[in-house]
Amino acid sequence: MSTEVASTTQAPPVLEVVDLETRFHTARGVVRAVDGVSLSLRAGETLGLVGESGSGKSVLGRTLMGLIATGGTTEVSGTVRIAGQAVHELSGRQRRKLWGPKIAMVFQDPMTSLNPVRPIGVHLTDPLRLHLGLSRRAAKERAVELLDRVGIPDPRRRLEQYPHELSGGMRQRVMIAVALSCDPEILIADEPTTALDVTVQKQILDLLGSLARERQMATVLISHDLGAVEGRTDRVVVMYAGRAVETAPTTELFAAPHHPYAEALIGSVPALDAPPHTVLRAIDGTPPDMANPPVGCRYAPRCNRAQDLCRDQMPLLLDTSPGRSVACHFPVSVALPDVPEVPDGANEKETV
Amino acid sequence: MRALLRRLGQLVAVLALVSFGVFLLVAALPGDPAAAILGPGRPPEDYAALRAEMGLDQPLFQRYFEWLGQALTGDLGSSTVPPYLDVSDRITAALPVSIELACLGLLIALLIAIPLALVSAYREGGLVDRVVSGGTFAILSIPSFLLGLLLIMLVVETLGWLPRSQWVRLSDSVAGNLEHAILPAIVIALPEAALFTRILRNDLVRTLREDFVLAARAKGMPPSRVMLNEALRPSSFSLVTVVGIALGTLIGSTVIVEYLFSLPGMGTLVVTAASQGDFPIVQGATLVIATLYVLINTGIDVVYGYLDPRTRRVHA
Repeated sequence: MSTEVASTTQAPPVLEVVDLETRFHTARGVVRAVDGVSLSLRAGETLGLVGESGSGKSVLGRTLMGLIATGGTTEVSGTVRIAGQAVHELSGRQRRKLWGPKIAMVFQDPMTSLNPVRPIGVHLTDPLRLHLGLSRRAAKERAVELLDRVGIPDPRRRLEQYPHELSGGMRQRVMIAVALSCDPEILIADEPTTALDVTVQKQILDLLGSLARERQMATVLISHDLGAVEGRTDRVVVMYAGRAVETAPTTELFAAPHHPYAEALIGSVPALDAPPHTVLRAIDGTPPDMANPPVGCRYAPRCNRAQDLCRDQMPLLLDTSPGRSVACHFPVSVALPDVPEVPDGANEKETV
Repeated sequence: MRALLRRLGQLVAVLALVSFGVFLLVAALPGDPAAAILGPGRPPEDYAALRAEMGLDQPLFQRYFEWLGQALTGDLGSSTVPPYLDVSDRITAALPVSIELACLGLLIALLIAIPLALVSAYREGGLVDRVVSGGTFAILSIPSFLLGLLLIMLVVETLGWLPRSQWVRLSDSVAGNLEHAILPAIVIALPEAALFTRILRNDLVRTLREDFVLAARAKGMPPSRVMLNEALRPSSFSLVTVVGIALGTLIGSTVIVEYLFSLPGMGTLVVTAASQGDFPIVQGATLVIATLYVLINTGIDVVYGYLDPRTRRVHA
């Protein structure tokens, strides 16, 4: 079940994920934090990855990079291809060569993501010298340019400062500059504004957007904030309990979500034009215990459309129209195509 | 600059307190110095006369200030035991031995502890970690005199690698001095190394869970650089504290090792003097040791400022 995105078939994808699974062996059993996700991303495209806390978004982001890889109590299967290279088949050394020049990450909490005992400058010059082989002086000049580009005033002075001397928004700008330092093809932004003041959130998202456009970077924007994703992404993957439950072009998803979970998520965004004291809509219940997920559809226990079929059989991610797919037995506002019944345990392929 | 001046002011106040504490403690010691000097069986007038000569009949505060005033000029009085040597000279002779032992011991301890802690923490719960953890525990549970005896038996008696000779001053012969100092330094180092390893390893493990370590890895930094450049410094605060305390403590408390290896250090000096009732030496040596302790820990505070920029400029 492969879905080609109609408009951009010319360029090969810079990021290709097939059947990715991340399993953690814990004392309570195996936790499938990412459970069979497939997606692909082309240069210049922006993909939103949304879902509640614990839906596996961040683990997916880190597994994409190879920051989470098989070893210890962690097991990764499936394929991630970055610029044609299968990340999880590379040696540690080869994989690290990708981190910076090919793929980079902006982390959630800028307050804790900079080393408190190292000045701002070395955070930037380290990757420049490591990957690009710049001299100390050249790396410093480049660092000044980068800080300037991400909108940090007086960048030369900032290089000597320590993280605690900068505000949260400034620190996140530094983190973005660090991620951009080696001109990556893919940027993973893992909840980049969650820890910031609301007033700063928009600035940071706008900055990320303009940088991605300017550099034709493929961007994965991980967020639980649908407002941040709407209008800033080309496509969205809605995740629930480690699985992709719906994928769609952003505008189409927000206009007419197919998965009841996506519909509920969008419905729970407070509307600005709602009259005062309108009760916020919330989704009842909590996400499932990932060490012991429900047998059928994982959303069934919280779903108001759930029927017996949902509790028995896991729905597969199936195409509904070009570029859209949903994993639901009874999707919202969609005429179901005739889908042949798939036996249990069949190898599910989901391509976004 | 003002912060520095304030520091100095604090230092002087602490040292004044320390010196008074030392003086009080020695004054409170049981036993009459005059009796200790003259021996028993003399007429009471003799003891009284000697006490008056030594100024012991004066009020406590007056004696303290007289002693302090002389101490500030470097004169700590003279021993009350034949051959009545100058206290300052005795201390000047013993102190370098103790300082060398303590510094050499701690240097060896750090050279052992830092690499061990780094490899242990890198794979928390791995084979190396468990072996190191068991090993440090074993060393911590062996008394240092036993460790010393075993080492003497092995290295000096059985293997004959090192001579069994009198202490050689560092200024006389560096090699000769090291030959004699290395074994006691190792005996001092081993338990400290075990302690340092455990402290640093635990702090490293905690640091490695920090977001900034993940962020550093995500830049493509190799593990060795992540450990050395990113994790080691923010993990070293507890270690630095403990090393400072160890250095201050070791200068006066290596008696057992000094005795085992017949080294003329501060520990031997104080213990011998105390058993002979030689109070000027006890007083002088304790003052020097306590002053060093305070100075070392002030130095450690300065090191913090270097290690952790967040503690700088707090008072500025």
